[in-house]
Amino acid sequence: MQIKEELAKRILIIDGAMGTMIQRHSLEEADYRGERFKDWHCDVKGNNDLLCITQPDIIKNIHKQYLAAGADIIETNTFSSTVIAMADYDMQSLAYELNIAAAHCAKNAVAEYTAENPGTSPKFVAGAIGPLNKTLSLSPDVNNPGFRAVSFDEVASAYYEQISGLVDGGVDVILIETIFDTLNAKGAIYAVKKYFRDKGIPELPVMISGTITDASGRTLSGQTLEAFYTSVMHANPLSVGLNCALGAADMRSHIEELSQIASCYTSAYPNAGLPNAMGEYDEQPHETAHFIEEWAQQGFVNIVGGCCGTTPDHIKHIADNVRKILPRPLPIVETTI
Amino acid sequence: MNSIKPYLRLAGLEPLIIRPETNFVNVGERTNVTGSKKFARLIKENKYEEALSVARQQVESGAQVLDVNMDDALLEGVSAMTTFLNLVQSEPDIARIPIMIDSSKFEIIEAGLKCVQGKCIVNSISMKEGEAKFIEQAHICRAYGAAVIVMAFDEVGQADTKERKIEICARAYKILVEQVGFDPQDIIFDPNIFAVATGIEEHNNYAVDFIQATQEIKRLMPLAKVSGGVSNVSFSFRGNDHVREAIHAVFLFHAIKAGMDMGIVNAGQLVVYDEIEPTLRQLCEDVLLNKNNDNNEATEKLIVHAERVKAKGKVEIKNEVWRTEPVEKRLAHSLINGITDYIDEDTEEARQKYPRPLDVIEGPLMDGMNIVGDLFGAGKMFLPQVVKSARVMKKSVAILTPYIEQEKEDRRNAHIAAGTTNEETAGAAKILLATVKGDVHDIGKNIVGVVLGCNGYDIVDLGVMVPADKILEAAVREKADIIGLSGLITPSLDEMVHIAKEMKRRNMKQPLLIGGATTSRMHTAVKIAPEYELGVVHVLDASRSVTVAGSLLNKELKTPFLAELSTEYVKLKTDFDNKKVVKQYLPYAEALQNKVKVDWDQYQPIQPSFTGIKIFDQYDLNELRQLIDWKPFFITWEMHGNFPAILTDAVVGEEATKLYHDANALLDKIIAEKWLNAKGVIGFWEAASDGDDINVKVANETTVISFHRQQIKKAPGQPNLSLADFIKPANSTNDAKDYLGAFAVSIHGIEPHLKKFEEALDDYNKIMLQALADRFAEAFAEALHLHTRKEFWGYDSNENLSSEALIKEQYMGIRPAPGYPACPDHTEKYKLFALLNAEQNAGISLTESLAMYPAASVCGWYFSHPQSQYFGIGKIQRDQLEDYAKRKGMDLPTAERWLSPILE
Repeated sequence: MQIKEELAKRILIIDGAMGTMIQRHSLEEADYRGERFKDWHCDVKGNNDLLCITQPDIIKNIHKQYLAAGADIIETNTFSSTVIAMADYDMQSLAYELNIAAAHCAKNAVAEYTAENPGTSPKFVAGAIGPLNKTLSLSPDVNNPGFRAVSFDEVASAYYEQISGLVDGGVDVILIETIFDTLNAKGAIYAVKKYFRDKGIPELPVMISGTITDASGRTLSGQTLEAFYTSVMHANPLSVGLNCALGAADMRSHIEELSQIASCYTSAYPNAGLPNAMGEYDEQPHETAHFIEEWAQQGFVNIVGGCCGTTPDHIKHIADNVRKILPRPLPIVETTI
Repeated sequence: MNSIKPYLRLAGLEPLIIRPETNFVNVGERTNVTGSKKFARLIKENKYEEALSVARQQVESGAQVLDVNMDDALLEGVSAMTTFLNLVQSEPDIARIPIMIDSSKFEIIEAGLKCVQGKCIVNSISMKEGEAKFIEQAHICRAYGAAVIVMAFDEVGQADTKERKIEICARAYKILVEQVGFDPQDIIFDPNIFAVATGIEEHNNYAVDFIQATQEIKRLMPLAKVSGGVSNVSFSFRGNDHVREAIHAVFLFHAIKAGMDMGIVNAGQLVVYDEIEPTLRQLCEDVLLNKNNDNNEATEKLIVHAERVKAKGKVEIKNEVWRTEPVEKRLAHSLINGITDYIDEDTEEARQKYPRPLDVIEGPLMDGMNIVGDLFGAGKMFLPQVVKSARVMKKSVAILTPYIEQEKEDRRNAHIAAGTTNEETAGAAKILLATVKGDVHDIGKNIVGVVLGCNGYDIVDLGVMVPADKILEAAVREKADIIGLSGLITPSLDEMVHIAKEMKRRNMKQPLLIGGATTSRMHTAVKIAPEYELGVVHVLDASRSVTVAGSLLNKELKTPFLAELSTEYVKLKTDFDNKKVVKQYLPYAEALQNKVKVDWDQYQPIQPSFTGIKIFDQYDLNELRQLIDWKPFFITWEMHGNFPAILTDAVVGEEATKLYHDANALLDKIIAEKWLNAKGVIGFWEAASDGDDINVKVANETTVISFHRQQIKKAPGQPNLSLADFIKPANSTNDAKDYLGAFAVSIHGIEPHLKKFEEALDDYNKIMLQALADRFAEAFAEALHLHTRKEFWGYDSNENLSSEALIKEQYMGIRPAPGYPACPDHTEKYKLFALLNAEQNAGISLTESLAMYPAASVCGWYFSHPQSQYFGIGKIQRDQLEDYAKRKGMDLPTAERWLSPILE
């Protein structure tokens, strides 16, 4: 597996925010719809994943900017490309196709960038699987704590469809990210295992990235970091890590803890600080990069990058700052007590 | 490099890691419709909310995993499992622990797996219906990330003999590991616990088969675990819980020794092997181990015995053996074992049995506490247990108090009606405790209060920062028999001397007890005892306070005790006075010449990343937790030894481990519920030394920090140290800038929680919380020092020390605190506080004795020079005192008072 070989050698860089970059294009409803959905019965502005079909060049070019900034891994624009999340736009039936299209945008970006930059290091496409807008461990109804808005089977089958689209589209890695409810993530892991068993093909590497929502050090669904880690390890992941919700300053202690307990590679891609009063992220690229450089020096991380609010400039600073630092060595996994 | 051990790791909201040193894991069994009639009824009647309370009770009684079973012909198992587990997920205090999903129907198991975010245990799968199905089910369990219990069951049937158990388990193991890809540690075997003493001879060896099979399974597959449903073994005795509990305890005793890791038990109802009545225990041993059991002989004997026990119990066979004892014994048992579960009903029973409510306190409760006191004195109980006993005592007394008050009231009314007056006189001797003026530390005093309270004394605790006047007035008003003073910082020593003088002046009669970290036998003998002739006793720790109080309050013992002590103190004082002349001192001017040799010309000071101050609020407690130095924590609880060795110590290990677990549970809570706020401030400023002063430049102003210098005559070549030696002198030819740093940190927010514990009569957790807050403050100081070395100042950015090395202070640079040996003048804290604006930035206030409030606070200077080191100033001479007072602009008597600890 090529990505494993690269991880053994160096710290890999994962790309930054997609949403922030899309915003720069100031797209309007018509841009989102494109030709194909011009008569769609409800508004689709804000359905960023749809742009993989209607504005593939914009998405591809954002990917290329991140590659140029030094990203080794780019994420498909598929955070919400599931039958469950697409219900917001009544586009459930497009889920599979969106994943194929997104994988193609990313693969094409890699192909073009590699052709334009011969001799560049290997680049990988990670099929991004988001957390869904419905959770399996929490009731949306405070008066009925046993109620669930969605079932495990619905979640698992939605992810199954997403995974089949991503794999058919040619991604190199599956990335289950921004996990704030571990049971949703377990639905995704279940779907991964089932998909590859059903197809009878070897599993793609799986990256897992949870989200610690605040200073309590727990996920939104209430697990401590170690409990979260314990609950997803059956995925036998390539890496486990943290992203979103926190800026690098607040994520430090958690990634440090994770680096101690994880038997696989670790990843961390924080937000560009915490949002200001306007909801904007204003941590500067060199600031984010300084935090992450320190993590690298401490040996906490194998994969680093950015989440909300980060830009190619952030990624470039991060890549420059960690380039010469050795990756976290894998711990020895002992076989006797 | 890190290494990761192949432990069984489970998770609810929190992780559960089963390590070799983990004790037997209790799986709570009451949330099982086949085992608990109550739970079954609640589920059938759709009373899920109440059913949750069964789960909660299991967690509270110590279940570490919760077994949930909905196998009932009248229930729709899939929906019952789903509904119940979804509800469990919304209760963080239950969902905290991992779930064991228990069913004989795999569809119910899978339904359960779909509800739980943590890592569960599936109970169980087996090869009953062949390998193919077993493999399929194992794959599904693995896809949900669960560990599995494999029952020793194959196509032929359930394994009953040792050989069959081992054979089936080994076969299942091979399939799971090699074909399904299970981690060996995620496999748990249930080698079938069957009922013994059924009257059928073939069944007699069942327990032995299980125990021996367990041993062999663990030998062959050391990473796998062994579990079992314990209550099966005693099935023949159903209806007689007393005997059943004894059988379970004896069975577990042997099975755990053989390697059994976990079991499904009623977490609230485990009896202790040692506490089973010997005859019953022996009979259980024989039956379980199949000894003396030809022609069912042992079985018959146990059945006969069981009938007798049952008949004797008459009213109701209690679940736990000790519950069948008379109320006095039960109260004693609760006190000794720190059990609060039955204290309400037992106290009430005793109240009705005894003529007056006070008799209950003076009778059975005091008898129980006396046993506690004796066991503590004999080293058979440890402080944390004693504090738990006190909690039971307080609860019981709280129940009785209204009745006692009512009784007093009735009597008073009767007197008033009859025209006679009456004065209630107190029963027990009264001991008044206080932390002296200017001092805020009270953990030790609280512990002494609890321990003395346990020994039957009436404690009046005046709290902290109590002026002499208030202490002595209260002593008179309360008719105290003894006064106890506590203090932690050095100025408190003077305050104690002052109080002793006052007692003499006021013609008081009570003996005076002296305690606290800074006090000593020597200081008491030399400085305090001479001021008050009617008895001043230094008490080293809480456990000694009992014998001291006992001797002082016993008419016959008091005089000889004080006489002996007085002789001893006089001897100590004489020795001390004689010793003084032995030491030789240099004139201060000479000492000043004998500085630390530092090559300042070649020295390149490191510039901090900023100058001025940096403030920290809501500092991450998780980070601090990692830096906690546990040794002083155990010392607080009078457990001396190194950490973590103390956890496995032959004598105190067990109690230390319990204490450690309790501390960590509280830490989890403190952190999760954000009880405490770590506030702090650090600062760095340009600085240059001038003799024993350090001139600190803040903006355009200069603050002069004054230090002392060792004055004792040193061996040739050894310097007379002063902290000022570690800052570049102003007159050095090298014009690089040097710096001095300072810090102040504090832990805020403890009060409402202390109050809560006080209201719940829970001294144990109160003291625990105080002790942990202290640890946090120290860890915070450690954390900021670490970041200062590596980042903020950055003079040792390559440092990479283990926490052990940190505790041993193997780092570069020091952080001495004003008032401690290297810089013993507490009043320099004013300057430190002004530089940092610590009062505002760290929320710390200084008392008149320069103690910091909140008590969990630390402050100090930062020195970065590689040669800087910790040392003690020792005693100084008159010439230095005068020079110091002049440098500081302090009048001589004031300087003398503050520096009295280091003056000859």
